[in-house]
Amino acid sequence: MGNKVLMKGNEALAEAAIRAGCRHFFGYPITPQTEVSAYMAKKMPKIGGTFLQAESEVSAINMVYGAGGAGVRVMTSSSSPGISLKQEGISYIAGADVPCVIVNIVRGGPGLGGIQPAQSDYFQATKGGGHGDYHLVVLAPSSIQEMVDLTADAFDIGDKYRCPVMIMGDGMLGQMMEPVEFKDTDVSDLPEKEWATSGTGMKRKKNIINSLFIEASELEDLVLERQQRYDEIIKNEVRYEAIDTEGADIILVAYGTTARIAKTAMAKAKELGYKVGIIRPITLWPFPFEAFEKALSSGTKKTFLSVEMSMGQMVEDVRLAVNGRADVEFFGRTGGIVPTPKEILAKIVEIGGAK
Amino acid sequence: MEKVFKRPHALSDVSFHYCPGCPHGIVHRLVAEVIDELGIEGDTIGVAPVGCSVFAYNYFECDMQEAAHGRAPAVATGIKRALPDKVVFTYQGDGDLAAIGTAETVHVAARGENVTTIFINNAIYGMTGGQMAPTTLAGQVTQTSPYGRDIKTQGNPIRVSEMLATLDGPAYIERVTVDTVPHIKQAKAAIKKAFQMQLDGKGFSLVEVVSTCPTNWGMSPQESFEWMRENMLPHYPLGVYKDITKEEN
Repeated sequence: MGNKVLMKGNEALAEAAIRAGCRHFFGYPITPQTEVSAYMAKKMPKIGGTFLQAESEVSAINMVYGAGGAGVRVMTSSSSPGISLKQEGISYIAGADVPCVIVNIVRGGPGLGGIQPAQSDYFQATKGGGHGDYHLVVLAPSSIQEMVDLTADAFDIGDKYRCPVMIMGDGMLGQMMEPVEFKDTDVSDLPEKEWATSGTGMKRKKNIINSLFIEASELEDLVLERQQRYDEIIKNEVRYEAIDTEGADIILVAYGTTARIAKTAMAKAKELGYKVGIIRPITLWPFPFEAFEKALSSGTKKTFLSVEMSMGQMVEDVRLAVNGRADVEFFGRTGGIVPTPKEILAKIVEIGGAK
Repeated sequence: MEKVFKRPHALSDVSFHYCPGCPHGIVHRLVAEVIDELGIEGDTIGVAPVGCSVFAYNYFECDMQEAAHGRAPAVATGIKRALPDKVVFTYQGDGDLAAIGTAETVHVAARGENVTTIFINNAIYGMTGGQMAPTTLAGQVTQTSPYGRDIKTQGNPIRVSEMLATLDGPAYIERVTVDTVPHIKQAKAAIKKAFQMQLDGKGFSLVEVVSTCPTNWGMSPQESFEWMRENMLPHYPLGVYKDITKEEN
């Protein structure tokens, strides 16, 4: 405690997972997240854990299903094309209520796309991805310290609500180095998972990890029960940062790496006399609608500017949150291009008018 | 009165959904008998496939997980790595194991993952109504090979046991069938040996059961076994394909 170390994002995330009690990691190499696997490959054998390089992302996520169903804290990590491959497994994991952590260090797409940072998997992460009525809790850090802190939270949230949790970073966060501090967490006494398939020991009825319910009414009941847990998550787990939104004329909305750049543009705009605030969603699902309610309650006319490394995905949630009560604008770069503060500032000036 | 025949404890007291004459019931019972005899029910986690035996999680009394189509070996790997002291088995059909799950099958075997697979090969997709499987024989008529499997356009049937036996990972691979009492006894001995191999930490074990599908083959159970003996067994010969305990001796 109290020791700051300089670490690469991907490695810090892996270390944070280990400290959160994760002893099982199943992965498949893909740029730009491979350091997560490499770190796990080095560390896990030394601490009695499992690092397994699977034959595919499809297999890796199904290994996660098995291990998570058996009751251990388990993680997999990939980047966009690999996350697409995992969607089948993620749907089954959600349908069988298996807690686990899935990391997506997003790169440009669609298809094989590129290897540079992007946020173009927002739809996939927050609006389904796999088939069926389910949600992922999606955590979007904007610094390596926050990535470390959210990794610990991700395991706790997954266990508490019995759901898969995604940590969504981007190639920039995964690859850059920053000083981080690991908080002391005691994981020696995690609550027992009575539903896990860890062997009956001939002491209890069998447990079944399953997402098949052939009776429509039974499936509906289970989906409704899961929805109640989602409602609890919406009530308890929404996270965001809001700066200077009350008096602002223009409110930037940005997450992850983009939020850091947007903050730089915001500071510059303030120097030029613009009243600018920012909402930074930390949970992409559940989306922080309350931040928008608070910002809108101040009464002055506002414009929201969603800034993303995509062609405009989160902006749809911004429009839902604003619901016609203010103008919504969008600025984004895509394909692996990171927007510059200058470009965002230009958009602020365009909206606010020349001063 | 002395009870001389009873349901194995590891076999749940529920009715199977299988068609009349389907050998799944026989094989389920053999697996359950072996689990009973080895005294491992409380330490065993089974993995059910997608296919006719999709509801296998209802039929065994041990803890069970239901896998996505073809993914049972990966799921079993995850369970085994989480609980290395437990016994983990998969129960899979030919479409699940040898088509959509080929990568998982080959790699669980190549890793020598210490789990056991029971593989039912009846050369057809039963649950979806009788389509061509990776193990469907040349010339065999199915819903999706209505003129008989044409190997020029529909490829050749896969001999799974022979293929996996070329790998260094597996400890034990045997192909059996359940058409006669001696064969059933032999199948049970193979299943028991496969589980014993896992208990001894030897590595991956697989028992392929050449089976039938009276419903989708359009034959009586008796005719099905006759057809199987005449057509399938020549292509899928019974026998031990890998046994590292023999090699060790």
